[in-house]
Amino acid sequence: MSEMKTIHSLEELEELAEVLREEQKSKSRITVCTGVACSSLGSEELAKELSEESKNLENCEVKKVGCKGLCALGVLVEDDKNMYHSLKKDDAKNLLAMMEGTQESSEYILSKDIPFYSKQKKIVLENAGYIDPDSLDDYIAADGYKALFSAISDMERSEVIDEIKKSGLRGRGGGGYPTGLKWSTVEKAIGDQKYVICNADEGDPGAFMDRSVMEADPHRVIEGMAIAAYAVGANKGYLYIRAEYPLAVKRIKLAIKRAEKFGLLGENICGSGFSLKLDVRLGAGAFVCGEETALLSSIEGKRGTPTPRPPYPAESGLWGKPTLINNVETYANIAPIIRNGGDWYAKIGTESSKGTKVFALTGQIKNSGMIEVPMGITLEQIIFEIGGGMALGREFKAVQTGGPSGGCIPRDHLNLEVDYENLKSVGSMMGSGGMIVMDESSKMVEVAKFFMEFCMSESCGKCVPCRVGTVQMYEILKKISKKDGTRKDLALLEELCDVVRNTSLCGLGQSAPNPVVSTLRFFKEEYENLLVESRCHISISKEA
Amino acid sequence: MATKQVKTLKIDGMDISSIQGSSILEVAREHDIYIPTLCFVEGLCAVGSCRLCLVEIEGSGKLLPACTTQIYEGMSVITNSEKLLKYRQMILSLMFAERNHTCAVCVSNGHCDLQAMLQILHMDHIKVPYMFPRLKVDATHDRFVMDHNRCILCSACVRVCDEIEGAHTKDIEGRGIKSNIITDFAQNWGDASSCTTCGKCVQVCPTGALSEKGKAVSEQLKRRSFVSYLKSMREDVL
Amino acid sequence: MSSKVKLATIWLDGCSGCHMSFLDMDERLIELSERIEYVSGPYIDRKFQDYPEDVDICLVEGSVSNEEDLHKVCIIRERSKKIISFGDCAVTGNVSAMRNIFGPKECLAHSYEELSDEDSIKEPIDIPKLLESVHAVHEVIDVDYFLPGCPPPSDAIFYVINEVLEGREPNPSHLTRFGK
Repeated sequence: MSEMKTIHSLEELEELAEVLREEQKSKSRITVCTGVACSSLGSEELAKELSEESKNLENCEVKKVGCKGLCALGVLVEDDKNMYHSLKKDDAKNLLAMMEGTQESSEYILSKDIPFYSKQKKIVLENAGYIDPDSLDDYIAADGYKALFSAISDMERSEVIDEIKKSGLRGRGGGGYPTGLKWSTVEKAIGDQKYVICNADEGDPGAFMDRSVMEADPHRVIEGMAIAAYAVGANKGYLYIRAEYPLAVKRIKLAIKRAEKFGLLGENICGSGFSLKLDVRLGAGAFVCGEETALLSSIEGKRGTPTPRPPYPAESGLWGKPTLINNVETYANIAPIIRNGGDWYAKIGTESSKGTKVFALTGQIKNSGMIEVPMGITLEQIIFEIGGGMALGREFKAVQTGGPSGGCIPRDHLNLEVDYENLKSVGSMMGSGGMIVMDESSKMVEVAKFFMEFCMSESCGKCVPCRVGTVQMYEILKKISKKDGTRKDLALLEELCDVVRNTSLCGLGQSAPNPVVSTLRFFKEEYENLLVESRCHISISKEA
Repeated sequence: MATKQVKTLKIDGMDISSIQGSSILEVAREHDIYIPTLCFVEGLCAVGSCRLCLVEIEGSGKLLPACTTQIYEGMSVITNSEKLLKYRQMILSLMFAERNHTCAVCVSNGHCDLQAMLQILHMDHIKVPYMFPRLKVDATHDRFVMDHNRCILCSACVRVCDEIEGAHTKDIEGRGIKSNIITDFAQNWGDASSCTTCGKCVQVCPTGALSEKGKAVSEQLKRRSFVSYLKSMREDVL
Repeated sequence: MSSKVKLATIWLDGCSGCHMSFLDMDERLIELSERIEYVSGPYIDRKFQDYPEDVDICLVEGSVSNEEDLHKVCIIRERSKKIISFGDCAVTGNVSAMRNIFGPKECLAHSYEELSDEDSIKEPIDIPKLLESVHAVHEVIDVDYFLPGCPPPSDAIFYVINEVLEGREPNPSHLTRFGK
């Protein structure tokens, strides 16, 4: 890195990438997963120990990398030949012996042919688990910033947007709005100043995709933002990251600093006159700040509450200026699309939903972890092939997608091909990509209650239906789950679902009833079995 | 300044034309079409938080607040329907059940917008259980009282204090159901040094949450017309 | 006699103001008496145990605050065709329900201990126990019609009874409101 200077052109960048790749080829590397799950199992210590122990080995480099995906089998370590799993923090010596072949290793070796890996398709996560997130060299060697430089030097702004439109990419934050269309709206909007914003306020329970992307491959997000800024004509951008992700914040900040140092960000990038200044803003723990308009209020230093749309941020956003807001995963898709072309991307996926989607696979499933799959893959393939089926030998019951705004999908719909429209048709949604798998021991009223409690405490309090309606719904769910609820309570719950959904101000309130609606749709008997018949509507036993 | 275009639209089937940039609510009021509101105060920024002014717009599946939605050419608005009445009644139920509005013993009994709204929307009972939160009454100010039991969090006091008086003494703390109106740094109103004692907040408060000391219930009539007057004065100066 | 509509009234946790307002119908009571028979309630000397099995209309004043109230509303629901929540205490809980903010224990302690001159407070005997919270009538049993007001004006009372007698759905919002 020390020899690196400001990079002025695409040629210089490509030359440098070639040099770095040659350098890498000459070394053997051991990569240690330091994603969230593995580091909680002691992978940092293991990596340190491995570096110590391998000091004497020639041309061997130990690298701490981002999430390798199969969190259930951490700590994961990979060398040039094999992937090793289930390692402990003090396994360094054993592991090196296994790598040398002097120790039996079969029970630690994880074949990369297992469905967990073979059924995935990695675009967003192509570098995750392989490159050192803090190393700009690693990113450049992996064709990093090539897309940005070729966009700036070879493409008109409209051509960039056309490529994104052609790719069919849709917003990965949950809404699924066509990204190219959003970009061109901002591009066309009139304004002397425009902004790009990266929404990294990931807050759904059970979701850790954006976190992993930022922690494993921060430059990818920055490159995506820079391409977007070039395309829409913005020269200032913010990454709004929740403060609960300190590592992501640290890595993104470092990545910005490095990129600026070498002319990949900042003034006059690639000698083109295009400049971009990126800054990080921290969320203070409010889920609703993931909502576009609340996020803008928060960046402006105001109370994080949504405002009615229209006007849309594309026309009147940050400080009233045209603003492009995309989520982390959306930006992470941009560089590969520009590198390989929109048509290449559009070949992957279904008619309405192109490309891949990253999911955080959690719950009562064997292979919990982070996966990236092509759109159109069935739920069954995700859960039973990639996910390896249910843990503890129990029966599958439902899968919850879309976070607190999503719904529970039962067994009957396991053959559903995952895309935006299909998930909506069964009362759930894509959301940001949390996927919580539940087995027969899960009680659906409890599940609905859990998510309702989440929405209730995350309501900003601005509009009445969300502020009060979610509390009323939560109280009814609590009553029903305590076997104090009557048929009248259930009817009121259903009515409130309708009211809160149709009258709330922002997406949080409008989708808050979804977990109740979807469990009522597929598991109504579980509610009914808990109801009590009573002479009067209040529980006398409790009162007396 | 560029001349503003005229837009033509339909409200409840009636052909109407009005100036571009107007909200549905403004246009409806110009033509004596009633749309219920509680958080809207003429002359203050519209926030769309009470949700009573939701209207149907042909071709859009979503209900939109009349106070913040601008008119456009060819728009067709329905301000009153069975569906809207049902939603408005439930919203009012939620609002009424949230805090302790005991009308019979309220300083604003008889001239309260919330109470009147229940009557306008033919509500003879509240459809959800009451919450009975334990809230404070702040009577530390020399002239005014803030009774949180009767607050509907419409934010009119916050807006008038900020937008018209320019003091920004009032704001909202907390989130969700714990949201609450505060003075300065959540101090007693009597200790809030930024308060100019202008009393505008009391006048725009739709309920008995803000009232004047030393006045009988029958004297607590609120006068609100000054807001748009002051706003237009300010616009003339700027 | 038997062709007349059987009307009952009942007084739960309220101030009796609604029953007073009922009497304010004055000469219209005579008009009503040609069509109704008053079978149970505070106006006549008949015990609740004798609440008839086949009441047509029952006006309920007051909220459901203690075990006795709870017992009574369950019985009148079973024995009455139409139940009208009569006045704000029945409709909203009103002043009676203000104790819900504090709960019965704190409320009793404040009223009978802190504010009392007596040194020792005796455990109450033979009086119905307070419920944990005060309820509007419709929170406890199904209610057919609502007549808000504190108290409801006699015009509103007459209007609602008349509409129910005529078999129409009353909408008294032009005559009364919460707190009136």
